[in-house]
Amino acid sequence: MVAAVRCEKLVKIYDTGGQKVIALNGIDLSINLGELMMLVGPSGCGKTTLISVIAGILDQDSGVCELFGENVNAMRSKDKLQFRARHIGFVFQAFNLLPSLNAAENVSIPLLINGVKRAEAERLAIKVLEQVGLGDRWKSFPSQLSGGQQQRVAIARALVHSPRLIVCDEPTSALDHVSGHNVMTLLKEVALHQDRALVIVTHDARIFEFADRIAQMDDGHVVKVT
Amino acid sequence: MNHIALKMLMGDTGKYVGIVMGLTFASLIMTQQPAIFLGIMARTYSFISDTGLPDIWVMDEKVQFIDDIKPLQDTELYRVRGISGVAWAMPMYKGLLKARLANGMFQTCNVVGLDDTTLIGGPPIMLEGKISDLRRSDSVIIDVDGAKEKLGKPALTPNSTPVPLKIGDSLELNDHRAIVVGIAKVTRTFQSQPVIYTTYSRAKSYAPRERKLLSFVLVKAAQGQNLNELTRRIREKTGLAAYTRNEFIELTYHYFMKNTGIPINFGMSVLLGFIVGAAIAGQTFYNFTLENIRQFGVLKAMGTSNWTLLRMILLQAVLVGSIGYGMGVGLTALFGYAMRHSILAFKFPWQLLLFSGVGVSLICMIAALISIIKVIRLEPAIVFKS
Repeated sequence: MVAAVRCEKLVKIYDTGGQKVIALNGIDLSINLGELMMLVGPSGCGKTTLISVIAGILDQDSGVCELFGENVNAMRSKDKLQFRARHIGFVFQAFNLLPSLNAAENVSIPLLINGVKRAEAERLAIKVLEQVGLGDRWKSFPSQLSGGQQQRVAIARALVHSPRLIVCDEPTSALDHVSGHNVMTLLKEVALHQDRALVIVTHDARIFEFADRIAQMDDGHVVKVT
Repeated sequence: MNHIALKMLMGDTGKYVGIVMGLTFASLIMTQQPAIFLGIMARTYSFISDTGLPDIWVMDEKVQFIDDIKPLQDTELYRVRGISGVAWAMPMYKGLLKARLANGMFQTCNVVGLDDTTLIGGPPIMLEGKISDLRRSDSVIIDVDGAKEKLGKPALTPNSTPVPLKIGDSLELNDHRAIVVGIAKVTRTFQSQPVIYTTYSRAKSYAPRERKLLSFVLVKAAQGQNLNELTRRIREKTGLAAYTRNEFIELTYHYFMKNTGIPINFGMSVLLGFIVGAAIAGQTFYNFTLENIRQFGVLKAMGTSNWTLLRMILLQAVLVGSIGYGMGVGLTALFGYAMRHSILAFKFPWQLLLFSGVGVSLICMIAALISIIKVIRLEPAIVFKS
């Protein structure tokens, strides 16, 4: 299998008012294309820091993190930005939809960032909303949607520009069991395919069944991959 | 991304209206107070600008401003007339005299005596009667505001407005009878006293006995004559002060600027208005960015460049700035329009529009700059914090 993500001896240290906190302490991890990998572990073990580094929005202090064979950390900031816009999709715990934009406009943002014209971007956004079962709600604003529907809009936003890696931060923690299950089914069925990898950070044991592999983290280390 | 910036701005109507209102208020106080200041300052020289015909004003060299009368001997008129380049020179009396009103009260008036023959220096606009009516015996022309307010006859019923003086009514000036033969429109003066026009010889009879009663010599330059050259020649030959109309306006304006508390008082008020307006608008706009910082973080995480975010914030600032500015100056203009018949001084020249425009732009730019710095420094990883 081809590695979508390959982390080797990743170290990230935060300096919090003179006190050094080692968030990642020599992480070795690889995630393959077509794989749904979950990162689990107690709070403060470094899960969020690891997906931030993997997604290219945080620089590691040492070690290597390659995405599809490219060392993102070594890229110029402009190239890194373009790489992120083109190849990575995000799903956040708090959905992070823009409240003043309707569903289609929210979903179209990654396309606009990638230079697609507004009308075309919104047309494609509605198409993806149909895939996630919200084709009839494309005009709705986030405040008019339930938590599960908002997360489905967020998933559509993460998918619309056909990224090769989708990072999800606690995608089900703000949802009830049924909605969480539906969101995971959607992610597995719609988002995952052989040219794409999914990394999900979660505490929610109810969704572990959806993972291809689970990396258990503790104290900045990956202690077990099952 | 521009439409996203605009939707972010207008999405929350309350906040959007708050920012626009803050800038409207800033723009309003940046224009309204200076407009009143300029209006007051314009009144200091309104008599000069109302007297349109002469090119040059000749007076005692110690005169500091229009109401600082240091009378000359009548013979000075003939000396000025004898200078080459002078087309004509006419006498003018200007002095403060007390008028006795019908109710027995006294009112200080600005009495202007015009050359008996030509009546040069008369009021700019006649509302009733003709300026030539001043040739009738005991005749005076009074300004419309004075006729309605300070020189008005006692009200017919208590608490109602005075009855305006009209043509044919009489008043008493220094024990002399004066009959109103015309009503004129003049620009209000700094002290807002009623203005009474009469002939030079009659004004002298109203004025208390003095050896010198000639206030100004009004001069028209011969065609093609250089005004600066002529004023220099008049000063040289007579030892008197001679100013072109604009120079005399400037002399008066600077006297009031230098010797009264008006500039400092209004300056403080304008400065305070600017600071308060800037603080309100800047703070509101900055708060707006702070409240949307997570949204900017999401855009940044998804790959939006700092340059695009900067453009979005500038667009938001320009939009709220333009609307706030337009509404602020609009309200100021409405205020001026609503007060046009009142005693309030108000002048709203284009330079003031420019000044407030620069002021509001400055506020928006500073607020946008602080917001932009915040967004540029924003760590996109905040989006992973719940």
